Amino acid sequence: MEHRTDQLAAVDAKMVPLDAGNTSRLRELVAHLRENRTQLRDQWARRIIDEQLLTAMTKAELFAEATSVYDNYLDALETGTLQALHAYARNLSERIIPRGVETHEVVGIVLLLRDVLARSLFAKYHGDSTVLDRILDAYEPAANRIAITVAVGFVQERERVIRAQQDAIRELSTPVLPVRERLLILPIIGLIDPLRARQLTEQLLRAIRVNRAKVVVIDITGVPGMDATVANHLVRTVEASRLLGALVIVTGLAPEIAQTLVTIGVDLSKMNTVGDLREGIEEAERLLAQQVVPMLNQQPS
Amino acid sequence: MVPILKHSQYLIATVQAALSDSDLLELRDRLVAQVGQYRARGVILDVTALDVMDSFAVRTLRTLAQVTRLRGAETVIVGIAPEVAMSMVELGMTLDGVSTALDLEEGLAMLGQSLPSPLAGSRSRGK
Repeated sequence: MEHRTDQLAAVDAKMVPLDAGNTSRLRELVAHLRENRTQLRDQWARRIIDEQLLTAMTKAELFAEATSVYDNYLDALETGTLQALHAYARNLSERIIPRGVETHEVVGIVLLLRDVLARSLFAKYHGDSTVLDRILDAYEPAANRIAITVAVGFVQERERVIRAQQDAIRELSTPVLPVRERLLILPIIGLIDPLRARQLTEQLLRAIRVNRAKVVVIDITGVPGMDATVANHLVRTVEASRLLGALVIVTGLAPEIAQTLVTIGVDLSKMNTVGDLREGIEEAERLLAQQVVPMLNQQPS
Repeated sequence: MVPILKHSQYLIATVQAALSDSDLLELRDRLVAQVGQYRARGVILDVTALDVMDSFAVRTLRTLAQVTRLRGAETVIVGIAPEVAMSMVELGMTLDGVSTALDLEEGLAMLGQSLPSPLAGSRSRGK
């Protein structure tokens, strides 16, 4: 933990070599920006509205958010540390991502704020170009670093959300349903990739063992497309199930998919296919009835 | 040495630990011999204890099934673990033409169903 903090500090130091003069100039300009807080913030909010950014938010929300972004921005400028701002950016992203705010909007508003502040600095120091130069030397790298931090925070948060959703979809989409004794149904929805195919097979095999299933109906009505790889995965699932003594019936093969499979010449001789799920279940029950009756007769002997 | 039990018309062999190639061949030969000796109608090979199945094992099991079928007994392999099944399929070793069942109970049930037909067919052979 200690080590990590050190590393972060090192990165900070590397990105902005703050000498004493720079720090004092930054203090000076932060003081100026604090003084004109209300005016600059309103100017910024107006420009956001003019540029039609953050349209998903109401005006009141936009003003409230603008105020806290403004304050956090100045804090980051003043202290030169980005951890607080980074945390704030993540938090902000968490709130606005579900409302459909896009990356260009977030980057856009931060750049607008940078411009608004830069303009105000121009206005204040335009009489003395040497001072203006020094002030901008201090301001620009800090401002750019802030923009990068906010954008990266937003993108990271978005990626985290996407990953969480992918995991959720993956888990949701592979339920193995025990419909009745010795019969399982596996409705597959969505694309099958090698990882998912493996996961699916593992789940199915475990379920076959736990439920002592004899027949499994795999319904692929919800699978949008199939190529040779996916078809081979399916064939493997069928074969692995057979090794555990369960017969697999595949249902819901769409006409286009069936045609593709025939055209590319996938060997489906090992797959039992039936038109739709209903017929699949009927077929399964027929097979189960066939198997169960002689077994009951046999038991007394 | 894998013990072979006789249960009515069936022979039941339960593998207890990993088998070497020669153990496998020895088991196969003993099973084939005992099918004739006890006039067995079915052979159940329980491989629950195996956590690997190599290509030699798979080939031996396949010949075992074919040979016992020629001698009038159906062979069922039972107890293949899910992980073993996954790796077998990935390596393309699928035990084609060999009956498989979840466990011993299922294997017996399966032989019970298929029994009437081999009996009817073999009666004329006088075996």
